[in-house]
Amino acid sequence: MVENIEIILSNEPLSLSVCQSFVEDPAAGGIVHFVGAVRNHTKGKTVIRLDFEAYEPMAISEMQKIAEQAIQKFGVMKIAIHHRVGTLEIGELPVIIAVSSAHRKAAFEACQYCIDTLKETVPIWKKEIFEDGEVWVSATP
Amino acid sequence: MAMKIKVLCFGITRDILGGFEKEIELPEGASVAFLKQRLTDEYPQFQKLNSLRIAVNEEYGNEELVITEQDEIVLIPPVSGG
Repeated sequence: MVENIEIILSNEPLSLSVCQSFVEDPAAGGIVHFVGAVRNHTKGKTVIRLDFEAYEPMAISEMQKIAEQAIQKFGVMKIAIHHRVGTLEIGELPVIIAVSSAHRKAAFEACQYCIDTLKETVPIWKKEIFEDGEVWVSATP
Repeated sequence: MAMKIKVLCFGITRDILGGFEKEIELPEGASVAFLKQRLTDEYPQFQKLNSLRIAVNEEYGNEELVITEQDEIVLIPPVSGG
């Protein structure tokens, strides 16, 4: 059986072309990517960098579940979800999701489902480092 | 009978408990809900969190799930991946 899901949690920079290569398929008419990037500001404050950490075995199994659900719900072909951990500077990429599908609509929907659900269920945390302090994102109101 | 469980703390829960690994004594047969109540009683900062989930053996545990000493128990504060 051909593997149709690739989940990676990595300390190393992520690669769009690696994600692209995984999901390419002769039967796919479209590929959608979501690429997350580290933004230099939040709520009007300047962000210096982000520190990501993960409960790794469960982060991987939860990302796997999301990809399986997306394939089932939207009938897409292949999904790659690659997530970074460790310290990320401005402009670096914390997450890349690639989805291939026979037709574009399902690929867009599945890609959105994957990133939205990842942000709700995958045990990964980021801390924003400012010039004058740091804060765990979304932890408190 | 009491049991000693080990909890692993990620994100803000590590700051609240003051370490990655903490031993907590619970009555035998304690549930996930019991553990959450105990944590909130001992560390009032937990009340300020937007949410707290408990993972038991790498799955989210519902409130009624009974914990044992053999389980891997992990505190999951609001996640913020992506």
